[in-house]
Amino acid sequence: MESLYFLIPIAVVFVALAIKVFFWAVNNGQYDDLETEGRRILFEDDLQESSSENGEKER
Amino acid sequence: MTSSCYHCGLPVPAGSNHSVVIEGAPRSMCCPGCEAVASAIVSGGLDGFYRFREKQSDRPEQNQPQERWKAYDLPEVQQQFVHDWDDGRQMAALLIGGITCAACVWLIEKHLGQLAGIEKVSVNASTQRAQIVFNPDQIQPSALFEALERIGYRPAPATAANRESVIQSEHRAALRRLGVAGLGTMQVMMFAIALYFGAGSGDVGEFERYFRWVSLLVATPVVFYAARPFFSAALRSLRARHLSMDVPVSLAIGLAYGASFYATVFGTGEVYFESISMFTFFLLLGRTVEMRARHRAGLASGGLAQLLPMTAARYDGNELVHVPVAALAAGDRILLRPGDTIPADGEVLEGESGVDESLLSGESALQQKTLGSQVYAGSVNGDSSLTVRVTAAGKSTRLSAIERLVERAQLDKPAQVALADRVAGIFVGVVLIAAVSAFAVWWQLDPSRAFWVALSVLVVTCPCALSLATPAALASATLRLQELGLLVAGGSLLETLPRISRVVFDKTGTLTRGEPRILRIESLRDGWSEQRVKDVAAALESQTHHPLARAFRAWRGNLSASQLKVHTGRGLEGQVEGNGYRLGRADFANTQFVEAPQGEGQWLLLADDRGAIAWIALGDKLRDSAEEAVGQLGRMGLSVELLSGDQSAEVKRLAAQAGIDRFQAGASPEDKLSHMKQLQEAGEKVLMVGDGLNDVPVLSGADASVAMMSAADLAQSRADAILLNGDLRVLAQSVALARKCRRVVRQNLAWALGYNVIALPLAVCGLVPPWAAAIGMSLSSLVVVINALRLSRAKPAGVVSEREMAQQPGLAH
Repeated sequence: MESLYFLIPIAVVFVALAIKVFFWAVNNGQYDDLETEGRRILFEDDLQESSSENGEKER
Repeated sequence: MTSSCYHCGLPVPAGSNHSVVIEGAPRSMCCPGCEAVASAIVSGGLDGFYRFREKQSDRPEQNQPQERWKAYDLPEVQQQFVHDWDDGRQMAALLIGGITCAACVWLIEKHLGQLAGIEKVSVNASTQRAQIVFNPDQIQPSALFEALERIGYRPAPATAANRESVIQSEHRAALRRLGVAGLGTMQVMMFAIALYFGAGSGDVGEFERYFRWVSLLVATPVVFYAARPFFSAALRSLRARHLSMDVPVSLAIGLAYGASFYATVFGTGEVYFESISMFTFFLLLGRTVEMRARHRAGLASGGLAQLLPMTAARYDGNELVHVPVAALAAGDRILLRPGDTIPADGEVLEGESGVDESLLSGESALQQKTLGSQVYAGSVNGDSSLTVRVTAAGKSTRLSAIERLVERAQLDKPAQVALADRVAGIFVGVVLIAAVSAFAVWWQLDPSRAFWVALSVLVVTCPCALSLATPAALASATLRLQELGLLVAGGSLLETLPRISRVVFDKTGTLTRGEPRILRIESLRDGWSEQRVKDVAAALESQTHHPLARAFRAWRGNLSASQLKVHTGRGLEGQVEGNGYRLGRADFANTQFVEAPQGEGQWLLLADDRGAIAWIALGDKLRDSAEEAVGQLGRMGLSVELLSGDQSAEVKRLAAQAGIDRFQAGASPEDKLSHMKQLQEAGEKVLMVGDGLNDVPVLSGADASVAMMSAADLAQSRADAILLNGDLRVLAQSVALARKCRRVVRQNLAWALGYNVIALPLAVCGLVPPWAAAIGMSLSSLVVVINALRLSRAKPAGVVSEREMAQQPGLAH
């Protein structure tokens, strides 16, 4: 049972870290557009096969 | 056979032969506009767009002069939407109309990315904003606008950037609060389960004490950061001497936290950290959903400033210079080209033209302007150039007068006090009195228990269920309405809709499609098929900006015309395949008198030097859903009325066609508002459905208002809801859903009050142990939330299923 004295503060620290990461994500606009970003991976795929030239310009 | 346009999904009219090869097969297009846009997309190697998209694209508006974007290259104008980036690069913030799904974002980013000088493009589909970083030495902002228009979007400078950033920071703050409350709740719950096992044992053991301290540590940011909006709202409402739902919410959170804090520090009594956190989380969740819906509705609109052009062509001596509209003053001489939006009120000095004032007055026909006529800011110059002396600019224009009318109407708008807030006022009073008297009585009996009994009264009657009752139902119904096609912007709409007794429609663009169409063709000469009449007429109309010319859009390009000449207010003449033709009013097209056929619509005559060839009837068509919608509303016991700014006999015809008995034509914005006031004074609750700028005051003054998706920005921003798909039947469904929502809210309130009525006396008697208080509170909240969720699956009577919608082209987009 004594191990709880160490484990629980560690859990709390993890939660604090999670909140910090979440704040960072929100402040960076990661949640501003919930519609597009999830689908972007599909578009990039197509880009490779059809016109790789555009892809390079993107960089 | 009619098929639908591959680009925009509208039906392709017979005889229109526009098509583009996409992904190896020819696809038919409804008009040259869609054809041009689709070819631009395909030639850029971006035809993958058609595979990715989930919705049909918007139909592009052609017929716009190309040079109009040049104004955005002026430094004074750029100041408003272009910012300096690093290394001499610049960033333009644009508002892009016509984005329907994620594929549009891909298309815009790739298409712009191909242009030289563009460094980075990022588009946000939810807010319809784009940020474009470019090198000003290689590319000018006008080229950005042009490129966007070529692939079928409607770009505008995002000048309301301040408001945008306010919305963004509000949204981010809400998400951060939600995150803190959510993670905190999960963590505190974990500790709370451990604490439940030790609860009721009376003594506070070492581990329990430890868990309490940790819970306190985790719950503190939830109370002081996540729940802060409730405290500030409660403070505001107290200052206004009014008990809103935020007051009991804040009291419950604050007192429960204070008592738990005390219990933790002194090792006595009970702690309620998990209840506080969970309660905060649920409430924040409901409010965030509501806020997102509100923001979405408000984002597309920018107010009056967006309606006016950014520059005007002013004569300085004899030289024409482009100046920002803000620099115009009374006495300036300005040049208006065809298609220009008029930037200020003025008097015509030179020229003759038809001006489209439909946005201001609702009158759909072009107004003839000759020497000495008045023109108004916000209207659109039609067919030829005008020189105008400015008589009023900026705040003194008629457009601003309408805006002031709007503000006054909003002040007069009947105040909606939410049912829950009315209940809350009484409820808070009762609970406070009960808690204080319980404390007083127990102080006499057993001073050591007095504080804890008073607290358990507050906790067990914690207005969780009560304060969740309405928001949960509203959020659920709001989401359901959005699925049906009605975007709710004002929170009070769902509370007002069930009480509506009368629905008032505007005509142009609301009950009708707002687009002239060819209704009938009567050929007067042998050998002239309908098809040929349309082709010749379309060729003649190809160069004009007259609204009626849009009716011929589909046949444009089949034949070409030369030596076109516009006779303002009378018609057009030109050469097609070497023959001279005239199209327009009968007395203009043909010298001999020919009687116009009987029948609805506006009749134009096509003639050549040998005489009359054919009659063409043009008219606006009722929306497919209008007749059915009017019938449905009538069956629900609502009276329906048509209130139009249009003078023409069309109003009567369309009212009859839609099945509306009461109608009024030629109403000015002021007339509409006073008519609305009369109805309201007679005790009616009015729902106004409109789309023009002339409807804005009345939209603001009505008990509830709905604007069409195609409406003027200002109209959208002042309406309580926006009808996304143009299907008027959604109105009846919404009223039905709102009535159901009201029933659910009442059930929820009844449940919450009933629970409290039973729990309160038990708590006052000191019979409620803390674990029972926590379970009771959670259960009562859960029941309320589940009851509210029923609304999100509700299928109100008369609802057409999505599949049926898809089978009827023109209704589904």
